[in-house]
Amino acid sequence: MKLERRAAMAALLAGRGDDLLVVPGLGSTTWDLAALGDNDRDFYMWGAMGGAAMIGLGLALAQPQRRVAVITGDGEMLMGLGSLATIGIQRPPNLAIIVFDNGIYGETGMQPSHTQSGADLVGVAKACGFPTCLDVEDEAGLADLAGRLTRLRDILFARVAIEASEPPRVLPLRDGAALKRRFRAAIGIKA
Amino acid sequence: MNAPAQTTDWPDCLFETLKRAGIAQVGYVPDAGHARLIDRCRADAQIRDIVLTTEEEGVALAAGAWLGGQRCALLMQSSGVGNCINMLSLMRTCRFPLLMFITMRGEWEEFNPWQVPMGSIVEPVLKLCEAEVHRVREAGEVEGAAQRAASQAFGDERIVAVLLSQQLIGKKVWTK
Repeated sequence: MKLERRAAMAALLAGRGDDLLVVPGLGSTTWDLAALGDNDRDFYMWGAMGGAAMIGLGLALAQPQRRVAVITGDGEMLMGLGSLATIGIQRPPNLAIIVFDNGIYGETGMQPSHTQSGADLVGVAKACGFPTCLDVEDEAGLADLAGRLTRLRDILFARVAIEASEPPRVLPLRDGAALKRRFRAAIGIKA
Repeated sequence: MNAPAQTTDWPDCLFETLKRAGIAQVGYVPDAGHARLIDRCRADAQIRDIVLTTEEEGVALAAGAWLGGQRCALLMQSSGVGNCINMLSLMRTCRFPLLMFITMRGEWEEFNPWQVPMGSIVEPVLKLCEAEVHRVREAGEVEGAAQRAASQAFGDERIVAVLLSQQLIGKKVWTK
């Protein structure tokens, strides 16, 4: 079974609270996050492909009292696969890496990604030392993951099986410097 | 056999400068020229040392650190600059500070010709990326350059690179 991406994003973040900071990846996960409504504690990505997980790591280390969820796509994660090895060593307890895996590069014309041909992201995360690695394929699994997000105690990796679809784009603010300033202000960092 | 002979304590000066600048995260790809500085960072309880699989990870790390209110420095060799190029767009677009200390290869008395192509274009490539580039040739210049680079990077929120010349680092010893 595969999950619809917008509904999956909504289910994961339904009870997010003020202390959950969200870093989506370039492409569909950014539009999915924006579709839930603009939020100062989201750092929307219009570029930097392959960098979402590492932005999440730097942020999680800097903000140990808050939780950080990186929610990215399979193509974006594949470009930064080495960062799973880096994060597996650092192991900040407040960081979750969640991959919406639809097996395709949706932004560029639905070309198949490596995961469609067998590349196993859950297996990679396990091998990189993530203590909890979930393969989420149904509503119950999604609800379980959403619950774990509210009480993170250790790094977590989850792959969410997403159906191949292209819902209408919801475009967030594009001004990167403005996104940065308002994110920092929202969590109380002085300019 | 890989650690070059170091005749001065410039890595210690650099470490002290990083401490004074309030650096909380240090990302690095292991590098012989930075070996002593990496050791000092690893031994410091207030600095989180983050070993990277490739330098571009460190660029994204520094962006995340700044989003969360911490200062990050990146240590790399000249070849690593090439690995960072696209990720530097993140820093330019969002005006994130990025403080880089780059040990140079492929210049003074380089034995390995494979180091030359990237080493020779580090400076122009960084300038094309709108980085401020400071070149250090002597040990006595390290502290001042590092201090200025840190104020520039975090004060103006921009990319600043300090290039540590191969002449300063010393020649890599290949056989004994």
